[in-house]
Amino acid sequence: MSTYEWLLFLHLLAAFLLVSGLVSYSVLVLSSGGEAVSRALGSPALALWNAGGLGTLVFGVWLALDVDGYELWDGWIIAALVLWLIGSGAAGRLGAAVREGQSVGRIEGARRMVGVMALATLLLLVVMIFKPGA
Amino acid sequence: MVHVAGAMLLVGALVVVVATTAGALRGGDGSEALAGLAFRTLLVGVLPAYILMRVGAEWIASEEGVPGDVDWIGIGYAVADGGLLLTIIAAVLAWRAARRGAAGPGGLGRGVLVLAAVLLVAYGVAIWAMAAKPGY
Repeated sequence: MSTYEWLLFLHLLAAFLLVSGLVSYSVLVLSSGGEAVSRALGSPALALWNAGGLGTLVFGVWLALDVDGYELWDGWIIAALVLWLIGSGAAGRLGAAVREGQSVGRIEGARRMVGVMALATLLLLVVMIFKPGA
Repeated sequence: MVHVAGAMLLVGALVVVVATTAGALRGGDGSEALAGLAFRTLLVGVLPAYILMRVGAEWIASEEGVPGDVDWIGIGYAVADGGLLLTIIAAVLAWRAARRGAAGPGGLGRGVLVLAAVLLVAYGVAIWAMAAKPGY
């Protein structure tokens, strides 16, 4: 496998981890399972979202530097970085709640935060696939 | 887009199945709720996401005229077709495990956990094949 193929695989894998974290947070916020669901899904949601977020950023930037024709200041890459920041910002309080052992579903505005994370992730996917302006 | 989004939701829903089933197998308060959630996730999360992923795959293949005999496409089809069978078996086991109620999911739950974990590894291989495109 070439460096490009490795970077693309790791970038994709990280994106799958990110969405797995998002799905876990969504179930935490939407389900009525209470404490048991919080215990089972809280830590995986936090770990997957964080690992996926870090991986998509690191390998995404690396890919942009590695591939001729992509630059970090391309419009679609800047848009992706802004969306990444919005998603990470929305997830901040949810992650803090998990680390403190609180129930994510009981945080005020938790559904809105997950909604912002989902929208940012969906738009990220659109930007990554269609690369507008590239 | 449909294919990738479906695949990501599929993997995400499987992660939830693994986490909730593992939680149910640990026992204690809420074990019944977790077993029920694992079954519902397979039914309303994994299966619809699978359909999205599979329909999206056919859509791309027909639009872009991708030959069906290259290795990476073959790996994708094999994982998807085998994955559907394992998913259906896991859903049946999860349904029966959820019906055991306070007795806990037991061996049926362990079966669901193993199948969901195998599916995650298989989809990891499929992700690698889609990225590296061996034989292309």
